[in-house]
Amino acid sequence: MGLDIKIPIGLMFSIFGLILTILGLVTAGDNAMYEQSLGYNINLISGVVMLVFGGFMLFTSSLFKKKKKEEEE
Amino acid sequence: MQTTFSLGTIDWAIILIYFIFVLGIGWALKRYMKDSTAFLEAGRSLPAWVTGLAFISANLGAIEMIGMAASGAKYGMMTVHFWIGAIPAMIFLAIFMMPFYYGSKARSVPEYLKLRFDEKTRGFNAFAFAIMTVFSSGISMYALALLAQVIMPLQIDWNFMGVHIGEFDFYLMVSAVIVLVYMVLGGLTSAIYNEVLQFFLIVIGFAPLVFIGLKDIGGWEGLKANLPENMIHSWKFAGSADANPLGVEWFGVIMGLGFVLSFGYWCTNFLVVQRAMAAGSMSAARKTPLIGAIPKMFLPALVVIPGMIALALSNIGELDIPLKAGTNVQDFDKVIPVLLMRYMPMGVLGLGITALMASFMSGMAGNVSAFNTVFTYDIYQSYIRPKQSDKHYLKVGKWTTVVGVLASIMTAYVARSFNNVMDFLQLIFAFVNAPLFAAFLLGMFWKRTTGHAAFWGLIGGTISAVIHHGFSLPAGGSAGIKGGFFGLIHTYPSEMAQNFWTAIYAFSTALILTFVITLLTKKLKTDTELKGLVYSLTPRIRDDSKYWYQKPGVLAVVVGAVAIVLSIIFW
Repeated sequence: MGLDIKIPIGLMFSIFGLILTILGLVTAGDNAMYEQSLGYNINLISGVVMLVFGGFMLFTSSLFKKKKKEEEE
Repeated sequence: MQTTFSLGTIDWAIILIYFIFVLGIGWALKRYMKDSTAFLEAGRSLPAWVTGLAFISANLGAIEMIGMAASGAKYGMMTVHFWIGAIPAMIFLAIFMMPFYYGSKARSVPEYLKLRFDEKTRGFNAFAFAIMTVFSSGISMYALALLAQVIMPLQIDWNFMGVHIGEFDFYLMVSAVIVLVYMVLGGLTSAIYNEVLQFFLIVIGFAPLVFIGLKDIGGWEGLKANLPENMIHSWKFAGSADANPLGVEWFGVIMGLGFVLSFGYWCTNFLVVQRAMAAGSMSAARKTPLIGAIPKMFLPALVVIPGMIALALSNIGELDIPLKAGTNVQDFDKVIPVLLMRYMPMGVLGLGITALMASFMSGMAGNVSAFNTVFTYDIYQSYIRPKQSDKHYLKVGKWTTVVGVLASIMTAYVARSFNNVMDFLQLIFAFVNAPLFAAFLLGMFWKRTTGHAAFWGLIGGTISAVIHHGFSLPAGGSAGIKGGFFGLIHTYPSEMAQNFWTAIYAFSTALILTFVITLLTKKLKTDTELKGLVYSLTPRIRDDSKYWYQKPGVLAVVVGAVAIVLSIIFW
């Protein structure tokens, strides 16, 4: 199929990652909010993980493989 | 205790963004849907990692997700037998069966049955399967609406042309419309792509829950300390039925679950097999179940362990698991929402909820996509209007999606009003499915097997399942849906033990009947016709993978070895 699934996956997780990382940074030190997650800033952790994953997906997608694609065509 | 969630703006935003992506994928795929093959078979063009992850995701619908977490709380580590039993089945599918499914150019499992056996065997399977998928999709839809009702308490009280619409109806319609739109736009590819998306969402959305939950209970050691010993071993207590929480001894587990049910499900259920058939090459098709098997082995950590954490926390009085309405029994179906609510602050909470919704929605879509293909090719093209143009069947495929979604909505309401009806239907499907693997096993590996034999073997196996169920009961059960409707000959220690044995009886009867009738009937298909459909008449395939480590055989050995190591660690 013509659409490379890595593009939507990469985009979605990059957006989620960005949102949670910013949220994590803004709410850093908010002990009341992170009391339920035992003091871990779980938004920041998850956000960074998703940013890395989303970025990896985008980077390995066909967006960054233009050369190879042109050769095939 | 608090039973509703309070979702923050960020949580809502995450859910909304997910919906936009789901619909966007369908929209982006629209221009590739030019013929029925593209729409109903994903053009047989997808890479193995995509079909592999979809293969496993298709099995992560509402029933499985909720059921596995609940079983984790009820039975502990023995739940992983569902996984352990599935691994050999997936290896078998990849190495031995996929060459016939993919190589025969059959477009569906019923169509393979038609090529290998005859029309009536195909018809029986196609109709049973079509009904089953509509009901499974309806159950997923029902679960989604229930979940949405709990977590997004909007106040809805509309009147639409005299019909009252409440929250449940609203969420049901919203989810149905979303699934309908992306399925009509992108067909099977849409379903598969969304399953891949769902897979990553479940892993990333549930990992924080397991991490925090384990920290809270004191790690694996803490979990062990707060649960009965027989819940943290998968095999150690399997020796006798009394010692383990499942109430099944090892023979029942290995034969019933490990062999008949697992192989029956993973090797013959078109819902999962369809994912592999959408792969771009024979090699990719064979690698599909093997790639799916890898996450399958590690998913218990994400789904079963939360159930165990919830029970351990409730054992030390740290967590209230809500009770089932009007009873004193803890409702383990709610453990995941309860844990999400306890540990997840705004942000990751939205992510966890999105993961659950993704699982329910793709549970719906997966079933609808399988229904589409079977209905269009095996029912419409075979019995209603054969020999039409491909454009015609593409159109029918799209309309079938609409019909499938509408039928699922109806079954969702059926599920809501009569809980027993769903139990009853699941039971019937278990009766129909258990003998199916016997027909495939004989059909694929013994060229003499005839169509009449396969058909009557299936019917006979189904009947023997009904008889076995009708004369047995689980401990404490009363006659009716639980069995014993013909009288009582045997009582099993648990419902699961009874189910395993029903499957064993059905399978054995089908195997013996098919064997005997084959010897009594004339072989109607010539060897030439059976080429590519039967093991002994099909040339061995040479795998075209570039490197040795990409070969399905090598992958199969690795998967098998990891499964054995995991079994030993959690013995």
